[in-house]
Amino acid sequence: MTALRFDPIRLPGECEELRKEVRAFLAEEIAAGTFNPFQPLREDADAREFSRRVGERGWIGMTWPKKYGGHERTFLERYVVTEEMRVANAPVRRFFVADRQSGPILLRYAPEHIKMDILPRICRGELCFAIGMSEPNSGSDLFAAKTRATKTEGGWLINGSKIWTTSAHMADYMIAIFRTSPATKENRRHGLTQFLVNMKSPGIKVNPIPQITGQKEFNEVVFTDAFVPDDHQLGEIDGAWKQATSELAYERSGPERFLETYYVLTELVRAVGPDPDTRSAEGIGRLVAQLHAMRRMSVSVAGMLHAGKEPVVEASIVKDVGTVWEQQLPHRVRDLAAFVEEDAGNRETLENQLTFAIRTAPKLTIQGGTTEVLRGIIARGLGLR
Amino acid sequence: MADADNIVVATAEKIFADLADPQTINHDKDGRWAAPLWRALSEAGLPLAWVAEELGGAGVDLADGFAVINSAGRFAVAVPLAETLLAGWLLQQGGIASPDGVMTIAPARPNDRIMRNADGTLSGPARGVPFAKSARHVAVVAHDGDGVSIALVETGGLRIDAGLSLANDPSDTVIFDKVAPVAIQRAPAGFDQDRLMLMGGVVRGLQIAGALDRLLEISVRYAGERVAFEKPIGKFQAVQHNLARLAGESAAASAAATSAADAIAGADAFDDAVFLEAASAKIRCAEAAEKGAAIAHQVHGAIGFTTEHILHRFSLRALAWRDDFGSESHWAVALGQRVAARGADELWPLVASR
Repeated sequence: MTALRFDPIRLPGECEELRKEVRAFLAEEIAAGTFNPFQPLREDADAREFSRRVGERGWIGMTWPKKYGGHERTFLERYVVTEEMRVANAPVRRFFVADRQSGPILLRYAPEHIKMDILPRICRGELCFAIGMSEPNSGSDLFAAKTRATKTEGGWLINGSKIWTTSAHMADYMIAIFRTSPATKENRRHGLTQFLVNMKSPGIKVNPIPQITGQKEFNEVVFTDAFVPDDHQLGEIDGAWKQATSELAYERSGPERFLETYYVLTELVRAVGPDPDTRSAEGIGRLVAQLHAMRRMSVSVAGMLHAGKEPVVEASIVKDVGTVWEQQLPHRVRDLAAFVEEDAGNRETLENQLTFAIRTAPKLTIQGGTTEVLRGIIARGLGLR
Repeated sequence: MADADNIVVATAEKIFADLADPQTINHDKDGRWAAPLWRALSEAGLPLAWVAEELGGAGVDLADGFAVINSAGRFAVAVPLAETLLAGWLLQQGGIASPDGVMTIAPARPNDRIMRNADGTLSGPARGVPFAKSARHVAVVAHDGDGVSIALVETGGLRIDAGLSLANDPSDTVIFDKVAPVAIQRAPAGFDQDRLMLMGGVVRGLQIAGALDRLLEISVRYAGERVAFEKPIGKFQAVQHNLARLAGESAAASAAATSAADAIAGADAFDDAVFLEAASAKIRCAEAAEKGAAIAHQVHGAIGFTTEHILHRFSLRALAWRDDFGSESHWAVALGQRVAARGADELWPLVASR
């Protein structure tokens, strides 16, 4: 068993300057009515102009090379932008997937002319990406995917369907895995290939799936002889499984993995006022301590990524502990809110937020790798499997 | 946290490895292990590591001393190393030289108060004082109308009622009854009893984090060795997931405690940010102790519930250390009040400042 390390990394000084800029920008956007920070229930489809303005500030693709439209800033600077956007409840859905996951995959595996074409547009906030992983009979068990890519003249024909695909209805592109060969006896992970799919191409139908929060982010995506050109194949044919793991540390340990329901804590503090009773004070104190410890773990992983390490187990721990925490948070706030004065000025806001947060909570330990999958990865890191 | 490249930490680790083997200690019913361990630690200058050379110590950085304490937690050593370190640190705040030998600190609970009388003597009770019976001196925070004082007191003049912590370590009640201190000085501006409690809380947090690290290690090892239903229990997903949760609690405790230690080591003042770090460390480490100890015991089954097995040396100490220098409930109330007083819109800026 290798020891887990969470060194006390501090964000460097330039991050604090950047933080001020991001806060000022978000305050302007709120003042202009772009979004309501007290209202987490919204559709981000109409946040196209907001995405472009974030892109203009240089806050999408921050860490990527300048020749692809990036800004060659540090991973820690990106961390600050992400957490400030999340805490403000800014509508980041249109660009965040591309910024966090899709862009880095293209940087690593796409041919040069594709990178030159697409990455600058991501950085300008013009493109929305979706991730095509789950299928009706393949969720956590990624390598059970059946949707086929069949070789044809100049490219591939895709047939089958993806499901639970967030943002597919507004996405310009999807990065998906498709079956190009059967799995082998020796390696059941063999036979899947990663592709870049233009969502505007013929043969792709997107069917919305309403969610229990009242949002419409989920979709089923049906492919019928959808054509994907050869140069849209990413990485090794049949070897997607080798590419899937290295990005996971980035995906798993960011501030979005524990701040998704943060807003209810702020509203609770507002509701109890400056002089809370002992019970409320104790409850808030514990939640703040847990939040602080969580963030210190997450920043520590960011620091390791910044230093070029691949803390896969540590990152999985951050997501496991973080998502369980953000899932419980609205319930703990609800416990404490039961004692808030009836005439607290923000009572209605708090109650509305709790309704939405409690409806949101179940997905937090499922999306992007379930708790069970994460604990399996951690157990492997501990040497148990 | 323990940094093998650091000479101070490496020295401590070697001493613990040689003289504080948990298995040996657990089988030594007469406690013969304690004297050689303390002698080796003293010869290496570790108990007074935080005291400046001109005040009788080794003049080691706060950060290195914290790392030694974290390492001591990994061995769950039942000698007053952390207490003597803290006492030396406290005396140094008052410019008082540290004597040789075992020391402890009073008060050890935030609501106990020792008064400085008009004639310079000290009065008051201090409960739950670790290792008071075996200490030669106590470093004391005392109060009077003019503020806070720091004093050095010989234990010979004190009434000490022996008690035991949850882990069966000495946790005594100390009665100061008009006791004349060996030395007494006014505390520097800004120093108060809370500061001692927070410092003590971070020390206990580091010890808990060290113990949890070890609980994880021995639980993983045991799960790989113990066979049930024809395979090692670590092959069962239910056990794997419990151990993954234990890893999460250990990680959270370690992150919170080392962060707070780093914050204090680099702090000029105990502002709200350092308060957040220190209070959070105690709260989160204590919560992790509860969850982590339960999982470690669950994995071990009945054997872990026996005195014969070393598990209890780590699990009970991790739980017992929660009680010193303010429980997690105490600090949660204090932190919650502070957060509420700052106001809702100042919560995130405070958290993000760290």
